[in-house]
Amino acid sequence: MTDRRSPWLKLTRNPPAVLSAIILVSMTLGALLGPALAPVGAGEVTRNSFLPPSSLHLFGTDLNGRDLFYRVLLGARISLLVGIAGALTSFIVGIIYGMIAGYIGGQIDSAMMRLVDVLYSIPRLIFLLVLISALDPLLRLQMERDGLQEFVGYSKIILLILSLGLTEWLTMARIIRGQVLGLKSQQFVLAARSIGQSHMNIIFQHLFPNLAGVALVYLTLTVPAVILDESFLSFLGVGIQAPLASWGLLLSDAAQVINPIKGYWWLLVFPAAAMSVTLVALNFLGDGLRDAFDPRQRK
Amino acid sequence: MLRFIIKRGIALVIILFCVITLTFFLIHLMPGGPFDRERKLPANIEKQLLIKYKLDGPLLGQYFNYLGDLFHGDLRLSTKYRNRSVNEILAQSLPVSGILGGIAFCIAAAGGVFLGALAAAKQHTWIDRTAMLGALFAISLPPFVIGPLLVLIFAIDLQILPVGGWGSLEGLILPSMTLAAPYTAYIARLTRASMLEVLTQDYIRTARAKGLSEETVIYKHALRVAILPVISFLGPLAANLLTGSIVVENIFSIPGAGGFFVNSVLNRDGFLLAGVVIVYCALLVFFNLVVDILYGFLDRRITLYD
Repeated sequence: MTDRRSPWLKLTRNPPAVLSAIILVSMTLGALLGPALAPVGAGEVTRNSFLPPSSLHLFGTDLNGRDLFYRVLLGARISLLVGIAGALTSFIVGIIYGMIAGYIGGQIDSAMMRLVDVLYSIPRLIFLLVLISALDPLLRLQMERDGLQEFVGYSKIILLILSLGLTEWLTMARIIRGQVLGLKSQQFVLAARSIGQSHMNIIFQHLFPNLAGVALVYLTLTVPAVILDESFLSFLGVGIQAPLASWGLLLSDAAQVINPIKGYWWLLVFPAAAMSVTLVALNFLGDGLRDAFDPRQRK
Repeated sequence: MLRFIIKRGIALVIILFCVITLTFFLIHLMPGGPFDRERKLPANIEKQLLIKYKLDGPLLGQYFNYLGDLFHGDLRLSTKYRNRSVNEILAQSLPVSGILGGIAFCIAAAGGVFLGALAAAKQHTWIDRTAMLGALFAISLPPFVIGPLLVLIFAIDLQILPVGGWGSLEGLILPSMTLAAPYTAYIARLTRASMLEVLTQDYIRTARAKGLSEETVIYKHALRVAILPVISFLGPLAANLLTGSIVVENIFSIPGAGGFFVNSVLNRDGFLLAGVVIVYCALLVFFNLVVDILYGFLDRRITLYD
């Protein structure tokens, strides 16, 4: 017997997924409101370097005397922004690519999927490192010329979102193509075609609603992947830069000043915990959604 | 078979050509010259330097010159590490990354398949649940969390393994475990899913019906088919390990090619940067060809002549 309960109902019966959703909502709220609620000057450079956690500085302070609690929330804001916006970009590219390949089929399909295979086996983060460090100064210059001064500080974020989004779509394209291949031979598509509906109509009215569940699952699973990628780049020094913060940057800062003798453990523990909790929760939620919407793909 | 290899060989050359061209022009886009210092160099000295490093003349001419040098296996001189050639630097640092990546590759492939098969065989037991929970954590945590955590436990608390560095066999354990962790987990999940599907098939029921032991059924009959998705992941795995290795080398201060790569980006050291990217891609593309051929041998149902 197939389980015909609504996928959303199934999801609410999955305690880890529900807990993950609660954690993610509170993390997002903290990221959005936290920096605004923090006392004035929490992000300023002061002389109070390396203060251990106390009631005044919940997570302690960093090398430049900035409040780490404030920095972690600021990091959450940027890491989540890059993760979600990057995943959405990859979602759009992946779903269009996958639908075209699956719907047309034949030679074009195999050529398009072969390209995906090739791109899979290229170390894309290595290219992104080069690409971002080449384009960032150019974009800054362009923005200054166009009178967009207030956005100059965000050029890295925009580049990160675009470049990670435009390279992280491969899995999405594969999954969507597989789904479309399965769906297009079904009766309702045949019926739509036999009454003379246009291809566009079939794709958007008949195929798309059937894909939405699976697409949502992989959108949720792409967010942690993009957050991880961003943290890689920031850790290596080509991603987000101070005074902004992302979790990868905070961990990279920690790695530079920490050693067995000087145990500034809070610099490592708090950003790592925030990042890990978020990523684990996203993956738990994604797995829960997958079990609910797409039981066949269960891993 | 031969036709397939030739076809893929041609594709390999085209991909490499695209990579080289893309890298060359991307590096040219990078602002700031390799000889920019706080004090401006006298014009004639700068000109001499540009000639020595073959950075003079029109861009297109430079590009074709570079292609010619590459064709002869010459990756040119590094502009940062004066008078050292890129070939020399890579010859020293690439084996280090290779050993680290190779060990991680074996751990990820063998460990992942074993754990995944075990979890599938014991589905719905605590072994399955623990393995999959562990896999989820290993996939979620970045190497710069796993690495320091392992160091904290094994090097500082228990003091049985060194903190970092290069040169001893024990020193390799923590870095390669850190590098392999997420991919071991990914392969375990892949194997488990594929195994569960294979176990529902008719030939497995036949094998069980004729009285084969559960071990033989799972590890000899089912695993042979269930392992196919893992084989096709080996190419992307190698690509991911190369990138991951850059971060892990950074965490454990290992003198591999990854460190040179990151520094070359920050120092605008064009030829070193291009050298690393091109050599990495050549290795990967070649590796993928080998995996494709291997796949054809393992799965007789697939013909390679398409």
